[in-house]
Amino acid sequence: MLLIRRFEERAGQLYGLGLIGGFCHLYIGQEAVAVGLQSAMKVGRDSVITGYRDHGHMLAYGIDPKVIMAELTGRAAGISKGKGGSMHMFSVEHGFYGGHGIVGAQVSLGTGLAFKHQYAGDGGTCLAYFGDGAANQGQVYESFNMAKLWDLPVIYAIENNKYAMGTSVDRSASEPDFYKRGESFRIPGIQVDGMDVLAVRGAAEEAMAWTQAGKGPIILELLTYRYRGHSMSDPAKYRTREEVQDFREHRDPIDHAARELEKLGVGQDELKAIDKQIKDIVVEAAKFAEEAPEPEASELYTDVLVESY
Amino acid sequence: MGIELKMPALSPTMEEGTLAKWLVKEGDSVSSGDILAEIETDKATMEFEAVDEGTISKILVPEGSDGVKVGTVIALMGGEGSEAATPAPASAAEEAPKPELPAEQKVEATSTPHQFESGARDLVADVQATRDPPEVPEGTAVTPTTVREALRDAMAEEMRRDERVFVMGEEVAQYQGAYKVTQGLLDEFGPKRVIDTPITEYGFAGIGSGAAMGGLKPIIEFMTFNFAMQAIDHIINSAAKTNYMSGGQMRCPIVFRGPNGAAARVGAQHSQNYGPWYASVPGLIVIAPYSAADAKGLLKAAIRSDDPVVFLENELLYGQNFDVPQLDDYVLPIGKAHIARPGKDVTLVSYSIGVGVALEAAEKLSAEGIDAEVIDLRTLRPLDKQTVLTSLKKTNRLVVVEEGWPTCSIASEIMAICMEEGFDDLDAPVMRVTDVDVPLPYAANLEKMALVKADDVVKAAKAVSYR
Repeated sequence: MLLIRRFEERAGQLYGLGLIGGFCHLYIGQEAVAVGLQSAMKVGRDSVITGYRDHGHMLAYGIDPKVIMAELTGRAAGISKGKGGSMHMFSVEHGFYGGHGIVGAQVSLGTGLAFKHQYAGDGGTCLAYFGDGAANQGQVYESFNMAKLWDLPVIYAIENNKYAMGTSVDRSASEPDFYKRGESFRIPGIQVDGMDVLAVRGAAEEAMAWTQAGKGPIILELLTYRYRGHSMSDPAKYRTREEVQDFREHRDPIDHAARELEKLGVGQDELKAIDKQIKDIVVEAAKFAEEAPEPEASELYTDVLVESY
Repeated sequence: MGIELKMPALSPTMEEGTLAKWLVKEGDSVSSGDILAEIETDKATMEFEAVDEGTISKILVPEGSDGVKVGTVIALMGGEGSEAATPAPASAAEEAPKPELPAEQKVEATSTPHQFESGARDLVADVQATRDPPEVPEGTAVTPTTVREALRDAMAEEMRRDERVFVMGEEVAQYQGAYKVTQGLLDEFGPKRVIDTPITEYGFAGIGSGAAMGGLKPIIEFMTFNFAMQAIDHIINSAAKTNYMSGGQMRCPIVFRGPNGAAARVGAQHSQNYGPWYASVPGLIVIAPYSAADAKGLLKAAIRSDDPVVFLENELLYGQNFDVPQLDDYVLPIGKAHIARPGKDVTLVSYSIGVGVALEAAEKLSAEGIDAEVIDLRTLRPLDKQTVLTSLKKTNRLVVVEEGWPTCSIASEIMAICMEEGFDDLDAPVMRVTDVDVPLPYAANLEKMALVKADDVVKAAKAVSYR
């Protein structure tokens, strides 16, 4: 979680320095969701798909911070060779299927990945992340219907951070309890404290047991909060500074985890050592991402098609 | 250890900003995530957060300062009691709230904030270098207006004029528009006529089309036309075909508008020109203006039209200033191209931001003694063939400039028209200069290579002139 936090802070800084371009959606505040969910997944068996706020999900899945940061700076060493950018990162090797810029698209795509798991009988489950905003897209419900109709092994993880860009849940959702959104399709849902990594982990295990038992799709609604704007250019005037401050001070997932660790007898020194270690990793990733060369000009024309005709 | 805090680039287009307010004072300890200051960019007021931990040792730019360039050192941060920006003795690191790592220092010391690199800015530079004056009777007073304001004014004027007109889309009301195009409309017209929707493009495009069938005049804003692909079924199957299928009984007077085409470094899924897609559909009007005056005059015409209109704006043009005539009711005809620059040697045909590229190329060509005529199509469907063919008759050479893919493009269509109807006037094959035929890459260098360039237009114009 701390790695995601520090990584994203550094990404925000590199954006301010002009080293990252375009859109950059930071995950700060939501770390416990990705870490808790990913910890229940098995790399090599399961698959993951998400939207454009994807850096944290990739880090939580154990993908090298250096190649993620290098993608953000648009370098050849980036995970998509610099051609994708912040919103379009993929690691098929890790079963990480992106990184999608069109809100809601990953829900249907993730249902398709689950279809593949069932079709191939490979025992995998697809974890499809989306937000409270995407949860209103029509294709989500078309996917829900088919996922249950065919009992596909998919976990729909709705990260409810309260705002779809600038529109709050109460202004956009007729049913604001997103875990209930599958009811008419007979898909069960669980509402989870997304600021508590252990609660998320517990829910993820339960959901995984459900899909692994062949019971079909399940919805997890993770109640969370993003501290930063929707993207780097969002002034976030739709909420008060007090609201953000309140979450930072009282609900922070990293502080919460630190307190839990202290209860288990982990000392301040150990936590500080972790902090230092993570800072080093992030500094190294940033340095790598700044110094790595841009893609070769010839890369402009590669990867458009697989075959030559 | 000291760190220089520099004016950050807080938006893709920010060059300078106002340091509106300091939220910390000298001597304050800060940790990462603390809000240090409020900075007004070209678009909005943004919060500037601390990344590192330390103590604010000196504030160099007082609050209220305007025009602070990105990269200016605005404050110094250091350990307690240490001189800012000078290395603290090793022992001081113990007392400092957080010792700085040497490698991190290097990041701080070598990197100066600047706007991120983007080929999109070359397009904007072409626009800035060549202003396109509006078509008005001589002596008409003009006001410099951004494209963003011109679009807003057009909507506001038409909403005042006709109660059936309403605006619907994502973040159009309370947020004041994702790109601030609908700024102020909620205040003036209220929530009945300026309506925020959930993120449901297919849904609200259908609701808009149904409302239009029922007799209202919706303006449906897509945050970008990339997202309108989720709604394209309603635009084509519901809106475009209604009048025809009903034997002219049922109309669908709706405007679908929003930014189209490439923006700065937003990647392949957010960078696409849908002009050719929509222009291929009978039953639709497709407009893609360049200047603020055209944006205003044509959006007003679009709202008044009884036909469904796809109105393609360009994000890179939103902040650009053009002269807009001070007329009470400035409405332009749909389907009429505009000669943005008269010339006699070669015709450059373009639309939307490509017009800026063509005008810049025309400037360069004139330095080499080639007098280029630049035609701004303005409407892509119906296409003003006559203006193109008349110009071709005069110059006998033609190049199409398009910020979009070459295949099955507006350029392809213009070339076909020139072949079919202007063959005897051609002294050289028509050429097209477009974006490269690949999904738009993110990396700054590749993006630059992929986008249409004035120099390539110059080359093509010389080639068709056999020079």
